[in-house]
Amino acid sequence: MTLRKYFKVYSKFLHTSLASELEYKTNILIDLITAILSLIGSIFLLSIFFQNAGSIRGWDFEQALIIQGIYTILNGITNTWFNPNLTEIVKHVREGTLDFVLLKPIDSQFFISLKKIAPSGFLEIILGFCLLLYCIKINQINLNLSFLTLCFITIICSICILYSLWFFISTTTIWFVKTWNATEVLRSFLYIGRFPLNSFSFSLRIFFSVFIPIAFITTIPSEAFLGLSQLWKILLEVFVAMVFLFTSRKFWVFALKFYSSASS
Amino acid sequence: MVKNIIDVRNLSKSFDISSKDPGLKGTIKHFFRRKTKSLKVIKNISFEIKEGEVVGFLGANGAGKTTILKILCGLIYPSEGSILVSGYLPFRRKENFLKNITLIMGQKQQLIWDLPPIESFYLNASIYDLDKFEAKKRIKKLSEMLEIDEELFIPVRKLSLGQRMKSELLAALIHEPNILFLDEPTLGLDINAQRNLRKFLQKYNKETNATICLTSHYMKDITSLCKRVICVHNGTISYDGELDQLLKKLSPVKEILIVCQSEEDAIKLENSGFTVVNKNKNEITIKIKNNSITSSLKAILNNFEIEDLYINEPPIDEIIGKILIKKDYDL
Repeated sequence: MTLRKYFKVYSKFLHTSLASELEYKTNILIDLITAILSLIGSIFLLSIFFQNAGSIRGWDFEQALIIQGIYTILNGITNTWFNPNLTEIVKHVREGTLDFVLLKPIDSQFFISLKKIAPSGFLEIILGFCLLLYCIKINQINLNLSFLTLCFITIICSICILYSLWFFISTTTIWFVKTWNATEVLRSFLYIGRFPLNSFSFSLRIFFSVFIPIAFITTIPSEAFLGLSQLWKILLEVFVAMVFLFTSRKFWVFALKFYSSASS
Repeated sequence: MVKNIIDVRNLSKSFDISSKDPGLKGTIKHFFRRKTKSLKVIKNISFEIKEGEVVGFLGANGAGKTTILKILCGLIYPSEGSILVSGYLPFRRKENFLKNITLIMGQKQQLIWDLPPIESFYLNASIYDLDKFEAKKRIKKLSEMLEIDEELFIPVRKLSLGQRMKSELLAALIHEPNILFLDEPTLGLDINAQRNLRKFLQKYNKETNATICLTSHYMKDITSLCKRVICVHNGTISYDGELDQLLKKLSPVKEILIVCQSEEDAIKLENSGFTVVNKNKNEITIKIKNNSITSSLKAILNNFEIEDLYINEPPIDEIIGKILIKKDYDL
């Protein structure tokens, strides 16, 4: 019953946000062009890195393209769901409209995380998958069920980690009110995820694995695609994703106790 | 016997407030070392509200009215005290409790800005688990009561403030709540829109027996909707009772303008022991205590030649204004 209700509500979310976005046709067109140009620019940048060196710390250009593909998918998901919803939390808290969310008989985290979608991000997701398909072909990767399951699990875990990090930062807005900059810093770190983790120095590798787990977000799924990943790494990613999701949930519930609503 | 739907006992709420000295030095100091102090905005208040009652919360800006409403609907955690709303602890925000209440804020909106209100209604209907048929039926009924029709299909951004407020009401009432928390619902509306909204709320209360808690700075909202008022001053309740009684307490006298048939009659009346406010030829204004108004008027009509007579009620805004500005007003 509850699950059915949540599906029904989500289909309404999809419908209303698509209808809202389609009110501004030019804006959608510009977003679509930006997504294509951004991907072309990123591949061009990557090709410059690999122009003189055949490979960087064991990764050649064709393999690095997989990371780019995963990054593009994640960026598309970010632009479709995280950006329109999670950045709104700051606005909701500042203007006091979080009141309306909290008074609805529905999970507030579900509502606040999924109410809007930006359809232009879909193109990035499609482009990312196209790039991955191309990479599978040029890297001569054999497609089988276990390979697809592993890839799927690692990508889902990456989405969960990224979402939890972003949601965690946005939640702090209940105390600090304005945290736009923190989510921007997170986005900047995500750009780093376009390059293999091995290409960074040891200290940076530790930093991007422990403090800001960019490594888990793009590198581990890429390794899974190339069949290079070890089982412990995948299990670790699943564990990290679960811990992040659980913590973000608990943190949200805890933070709401301190919500004081905006003055009228 | 009508049961209590809201029961508040010894409620207090404190907020941590930071203060800043003026100027650049103050700003830098504030950035590095923020001075915060705990401010008690609600101080040990108790009251109960019966099912179907319409209660107005009166008070100056910052008195604590909105904070009380937000605590009652579960948005803010209380610091001390106990609250039961419809048998629930509001801050737990249980699903059944949330299905029973609604909050309408005059200055904030929940409608989707770029879409017609009807889209927001159906979204809310799905959140409140209403099927399409039931939602359609309720939208039809409420839109008839609110007298909106074509506006349902026009994007919210193109609607006037009055039309938007009506749509906000419809969105907030689609689940037919038992308790309505209204925070300045007529803010910024023109006189006609205010009147229509009041008419609707009266009708809604009569038809559904819903309990309404209302804050408003427009006295007309309070006088036409609320029999009972709770006056909040600096986080404490300075009066809780019938509005009529409050007005009598605050304004124990009425001014009466009497037009006498001749100037001599006016002079005779002036010297007959009444408190005279003003006299101009054959017109005289006197003050009479509320509790002796019938007997005094009877005596005047019997003993003097009177052409006309006007009883001036003191403006309610003025009376209520007294309790809003005077800190130690004894009620």
